Amino acid sequence: MIPTNYYLILSAILFGLGMIAFVFKRNIITIFMAIELMLNAVNLAFVAFSKAFGKSDGEVFVLFVIVVAAAEAAVGLGIIILTARNRRSLNVERVDLLKL
Amino acid sequence: MNASLAIFFVLAAVAVAAAVSLILQRHPIHSALSLIVVMVALAGLYLLMGAEFVAAVQIIVYGGAVMVLFVFVIMLLNAGEEEHTNFSRLAAYAGIPMAVAVAGLIAAAITRSTLPPAPDPTALTSTKSLSMLLFQDFVYPFELTSFLILVAILGAIVLAQREGN
Amino acid sequence: MSEFLHQYAFLVVPIIKVAILVLVVLTVDAYLTWLERKVIAHIQARWGPHRVGPHGLMQPLADGLKFIFKEDPMPANVDKPAYFIAPFVALMLALTSLAVIPFGPQKFTLWGYESSLGIADVNISLLVLFAITALGVYGVALAGWASNNKYSLLGGLRSSAQMISYELALTLSVVGVLLIAGSFSLREIVEQQGTSNLGFLSWNLLGFGQGIGFTQIIGFFCFFIAAIAETNRVPFDLAEAESELVAGFHTEYASMKFAMFFIGEYTSMVAVSCLATILFFGGWLSPFPASWTFTYYVPSLLFIPFGLWMIYDGIHYENIFGRIVLPGIGTVLTVVGIALILFPPANHLLQGLFWFVLKVFIFMFVYIWMRGTLPRFRYDQLMSFGWKFLLPVSIANVVLTSAVILWRMH
Repeated sequence: MIPTNYYLILSAILFGLGMIAFVFKRNIITIFMAIELMLNAVNLAFVAFSKAFGKSDGEVFVLFVIVVAAAEAAVGLGIIILTARNRRSLNVERVDLLKL
Repeated sequence: MNASLAIFFVLAAVAVAAAVSLILQRHPIHSALSLIVVMVALAGLYLLMGAEFVAAVQIIVYGGAVMVLFVFVIMLLNAGEEEHTNFSRLAAYAGIPMAVAVAGLIAAAITRSTLPPAPDPTALTSTKSLSMLLFQDFVYPFELTSFLILVAILGAIVLAQREGN
Repeated sequence: MSEFLHQYAFLVVPIIKVAILVLVVLTVDAYLTWLERKVIAHIQARWGPHRVGPHGLMQPLADGLKFIFKEDPMPANVDKPAYFIAPFVALMLALTSLAVIPFGPQKFTLWGYESSLGIADVNISLLVLFAITALGVYGVALAGWASNNKYSLLGGLRSSAQMISYELALTLSVVGVLLIAGSFSLREIVEQQGTSNLGFLSWNLLGFGQGIGFTQIIGFFCFFIAAIAETNRVPFDLAEAESELVAGFHTEYASMKFAMFFIGEYTSMVAVSCLATILFFGGWLSPFPASWTFTYYVPSLLFIPFGLWMIYDGIHYENIFGRIVLPGIGTVLTVVGIALILFPPANHLLQGLFWFVLKVFIFMFVYIWMRGTLPRFRYDQLMSFGWKFLLPVSIANVVLTSAVILWRMH
């Protein structure tokens, strides 16, 4: 049997790595992928707690998180495509003015 | 050190290594491939805990649809390698050790508190019990998420149209 | 030695099964290429390969040798990690999908470890197969991207978009079968089709004799069409057609890497045919009712005349090699057929496997027949067919099956 805190520590490590990627990367698609990594780390914590207490409510919530992340990815990537088309660059540091 | 502990450490090491590789790679397509490896490793961890339906949904939806969307966008926009920029080195040298220290503090706090019981991997969550929960107790959020997906589809179609269409 | 085997039997037995399965599947893939060339040739009123060995049977061997000895160039400026990983991913996923397919009903005990005919017997084997199909998009997309060639990129993107679109119809067309069987496990789906004594009428295709069942003909047609689109075969093979985009996503791949894509495509064809027989055609169940035990001799009735015909054909063959090999194979088949009549226990063991292999072979023949007969879809026709026709029909099948089950439960 694997203790629950092993899963929680792994989830915290993945969340921290996602945060580091979010702060230090400059390509907007990579930043979006760091957000997905953070959501995955949170999913792992949810499933660990759900199996620890024996109820399946956590797993149902994980399904909802996956669905919301998919919808967010679709709309967010649409916005990214439009921004890249207008400013011709995928660097976040170039997107710092309201007008082109 | 029995077999499941060994499998846990292997999968955890793969997940952390792939997450580190996501940070260190220069081209976004390699970061996307590393993220796919993280998701498959996490699906393995869900299987190890006994949540088989969630593991399958993770691979089918996250690994087989969301990440394919990312890979398509990177290929279509022809995203190149990261350029050099002028962020301060001090931020890296001071920030990363501080992030590690914070993570260590959280890990220590988790280990010293009263823990929930260990998950029992032989108690597989049957799909039937999950669906009873989903369609009886959580039916209102379920219908709301279907509405959310419809709104997202409409939004993506409107955003991706060319001007003057 | 014996207690080492007893202690580690849970590792040794699956490894042996995996080795046998991989050898069998690779040989079957090689001879599928032979079968495809012969069948398409005969449809087009010409002979296929008939020089390399008797009736061209050594042709796959010659092709394999050619692939090994051919030069393997790598174009400049490719994305090296993606270029090397893409064929591995395609082949690995196709071979892994065969691990959860049950081939027969028997359970046997070897060195104290009980196992069945099929490598892994999991509760969610159908979901595992869908997960592997979902990941199969990456082999194609990465191959198109890594080749640093605009035709490959276009071909790869078109092919992956096609695979994603038809994956939805594939998954939904199976939901009717899941509602009737009540489980994701492929073994239980087959066993549920065998509970009544009606032979082929109780398969999920026709669906008589089940308590709360309904015929799944619509589901089967949606599944088969979506499966052909998933495996990039004619009439949905725009992305790799020779006249369209040079060769699509595998233009820049030569020799061994191209062979990996090739074998991956044929293996996924075999996997999808196995899935179609298990879900809709009763898997390893015989088409005759199970109480007619005299039908256990049908395999022998097929082996013996076929063996005798091969002996007769081989004796009159033109060169010496054919005159030795063909009667040899014919004699082996005849002896096997007679042995099955004389030893009923062996006959009983071989029944399930025989019917399964026969049904999968019929599906492969239908695949090859369609390749020789049908023209190709254009890309926009393909996408509109997948989204505007096949997906609504699959959803209608789900709704109809649920309505019938609810009505019958009262």
